[in-house]
Amino acid sequence: MKKLLTAAALSAALATPALAETTKVGFIYIGPVGDFGWTAGHDRARQELQDHFGDAVETSIVENVDYGADAERVMTQMAISGTDVIFAASFGYGPDVNAVAGRFPDVAFQHATGYIQEHPNISLYDARFYEGRAVLGHIAGKMTETNTIGYIASYPIPAVVSGINSAFLHARAVNPDVNFRIIWTYSWFDPALEADAAETLIEQGADVIMQHTDSTAAVRVAEDAGVMAFGQASDMTQFGPTAHLSAIVDRWAPYYISRIQAVKDGTWEAQNSWMGFADGIIEMAPWNDRIPADLQAEADNLIAAIAAGEYHPFTGPINRQDGTAWLAEGETAPDADLATMNFYVEGITQELPN
Amino acid sequence: MILGSINPAVLLAALMVAATPILLAAIGELVVEKAGVLNLGVEGMMIMGACIGFIVAVNTGSPLIGFLGAALGGMALSLLFALLTQALMTNQVASGLALTLFGLGLTALLGQSYVGITPPRTPKLDLGPLSDIPFLGRALFTHDIVVYLSIALVAAVWWFLKYSRAGMILRAVGENHDAAHALGYHVKRVRVLAIMFGGACAGLGGAYLSLIRVPQWTEGMTVGAGWIALALVVFASWRPWRALAGAYLFGGVVVLQLNLQAAGVKIPVEYLSMSPYLITIFVLVLISSGKARGSLNAPGSLNRPFHASN
Repeated sequence: MKKLLTAAALSAALATPALAETTKVGFIYIGPVGDFGWTAGHDRARQELQDHFGDAVETSIVENVDYGADAERVMTQMAISGTDVIFAASFGYGPDVNAVAGRFPDVAFQHATGYIQEHPNISLYDARFYEGRAVLGHIAGKMTETNTIGYIASYPIPAVVSGINSAFLHARAVNPDVNFRIIWTYSWFDPALEADAAETLIEQGADVIMQHTDSTAAVRVAEDAGVMAFGQASDMTQFGPTAHLSAIVDRWAPYYISRIQAVKDGTWEAQNSWMGFADGIIEMAPWNDRIPADLQAEADNLIAAIAAGEYHPFTGPINRQDGTAWLAEGETAPDADLATMNFYVEGITQELPN
Repeated sequence: MILGSINPAVLLAALMVAATPILLAAIGELVVEKAGVLNLGVEGMMIMGACIGFIVAVNTGSPLIGFLGAALGGMALSLLFALLTQALMTNQVASGLALTLFGLGLTALLGQSYVGITPPRTPKLDLGPLSDIPFLGRALFTHDIVVYLSIALVAAVWWFLKYSRAGMILRAVGENHDAAHALGYHVKRVRVLAIMFGGACAGLGGAYLSLIRVPQWTEGMTVGAGWIALALVVFASWRPWRALAGAYLFGGVVVLQLNLQAAGVKIPVEYLSMSPYLITIFVLVLISSGKARGSLNAPGSLNRPFHASN
């Protein structure tokens, strides 16, 4: 009987973690916090979260967690040890988040850039990176002298593909002769491979390098080769003061703070948030001085127009790569199309790996 | 398809650069395994070399002293493995895996304040008129000294194992440690020295990544190069020149697929990236079938612990 009572008391205590004074928040990262890119961006937000709430929040991190069994183990461990909210900061954690969330209905799960939401305790959040890519494409199209832009891409998933399309459309809009050369590394973080890819692209004529991978290697290679580059997810200026034109910088902090506040208020519920310039979730790293003043102004205007909702980076007419129509004149892309984008737009010469 | 944009000379040059880190690590591990020890900690020793080499190079301003530091760093970590497996008789596989995890964690700590720093530049070796030879000049004679050092090291190891007395003792220890012991050779001393050599080579390979190929320090930057080096030793069936060929083949696959992609050729990248591992698994299957073991040249006492009392 005594055992039973203890068990009942224990389960009652477990069922109301949100009422505890200190909210325990766990983060799992695909890369090291020192990557100066994607994972660094999430960890910046974690620190801001910690500063914002002080002692009312206790954060913990596990870095370099692989997708699959590893991620499941780490999240299960976090859930068992009383974590109230778990942020899984990478696309590929989807199946693992859903598996663990089903077993721990009292833990709130926040999955970045995901699309699987099988339980009421999973929120998805993502940034409209294609908005930033539009700005990068505009600048790249104007800055390139060889009319060849190199693009180091990670995995052919919608977020990456829509980024390539957005950058390409806006580069073409200001420079009809521009071409893209795209290399897929099938990795988010492999400095040596990214350096080799950048060198290959430069050797084949690219004078602007864009990347959708997380290390700083490509910026460094571009600096050495005397060409231009854009950083990824964080300001990478220090790795190539001359080469680095700008970067899309992720600012997850406002969102993280609002979600933890919701947990504390007891108002947290599953959502699917897709945020962009308007929400302050992405911003551009300071323009390099080598970008002419009028181009800087154009870029600033483009950002303002996107943030104000006056301009959508995917506004028709846009055809798919095979020539079939996607968006009619004046039509803007529905979110569902962007979230599942698996085709290149017309004008890109390479084939998209499937 | 725009294959014309690929310059074969540049491709060959890039291939040599891409292959050098794994070649250095593999040739070291080859000697270790020839002595009958399986050290799975290559990845850990490489990242140690990458980190220590970077720190030393930044603080002294000399990449060459950096490489020396990297060799010592890799060696220091390998001594831990030697202590565990040779003195304390722990399981080699488990100790090697632990060494990798330890190396990755330790370097993340040591390198913290070195992220975002630019290391001193390693000069290309000036080979004068040789680099002006059409095609070959660009492909073979425009490298830094470490690329040539790695090839020289392969030649030296080949000569050492095949012709020197010490090399024959090392092989004897690896083939049959009981017989070698009965003949009065110091099995453990030979093995510890081999492990140290392997650590130094892995350290050099790691430093090649952080000082020349990338060049910067990033936590976890080896991303599996050590495992490829391990696979390479098996792939080469413990023969130095085959390790060289294998490293250039592995490096070639990487560089070629990048070039083909950039040139717009549709290739199955996933399959190409897994091919080195597939070949290695195939070789391992062959080895484990008793008959082929001899012909594939695997050292007889590989991964078997030795104690004089046996």
